[in-house]
Amino acid sequence: MSLQLFLFLVLAMVAITSALGMLINRNAIYAALFLVLNFATVAVFFLLLNAPFIAVAQVSVYAGAIMVLFIFVIMLLGAESTGQTQSIAWQRPLAITLAIILLLEAGFILVGQRSLVSPVTGALPPGFGSPTQVGTELFTSYLLPFEVTSVLLLVAMIGAIVLTKNEKK
Amino acid sequence: MVSINYYLGLAIILFTIGALGVLIRRNAIIIFMSVELMLNAANLAFVAYARYWQAMSGQIFVFFIMTVAAAEVAIGLALIVTIFRSKDSIDVDQMNSLKG
Repeated sequence: MSLQLFLFLVLAMVAITSALGMLINRNAIYAALFLVLNFATVAVFFLLLNAPFIAVAQVSVYAGAIMVLFIFVIMLLGAESTGQTQSIAWQRPLAITLAIILLLEAGFILVGQRSLVSPVTGALPPGFGSPTQVGTELFTSYLLPFEVTSVLLLVAMIGAIVLTKNEKK
Repeated sequence: MVSINYYLGLAIILFTIGALGVLIRRNAIIIFMSVELMLNAANLAFVAYARYWQAMSGQIFVFFIMTVAAAEVAIGLALIVTIFRSKDSIDVDQMNSLKG
């Protein structure tokens, strides 16, 4: 077993365990911290896949900004441990069955098209996935989507401010 | 180099766990975190394909997905805060009336 495969398997176990921990944990804060661990391991996968820029963006945007926002809201609302009120009895078995079907279906497609996925062999071009190349691509081929993104973020900001504005009459 | 199938398999498992979380949890914040997990699994698949076809487009798309996820979280958490103010609960079973 090569070192990279060993590293992959260990990290995959950590990622799956932390995702399950997020799913099972009753306390929302612990769930959020499990999700931070999951995002960090996925960032390491991005590094293994020659995507350093995306890996750093993952840590700073996902594990940093987004999860801090989550934890902030959980603490603000004081909603750490809301009890699980199970109003529909057959919901959980049905959900697990559907999830297993989804897993099998996706796995079947993955195994079925194994031959279709033929990687480009040969050495990577130098600087693949580096911030320089990502920036060049963003500002040449993807300039319009990039600008639309700024409008999207502006709309999200205005929306969040309007929604949470306290209307005291 | 680890085969792409391992990465895709991991992405599938993470996506399924996220979908399961949306289906069985009742806490709106946990449901939101499960959605983030699914987005992240999709990102992993994108980056894996970008690496194996040596195309930058996959990584650029992940960048845009991250932006959309950030916007979605800002709006979603604002909605949850607003709902909590009026209902004193973020249990999705309580959100059963159109009138706020």
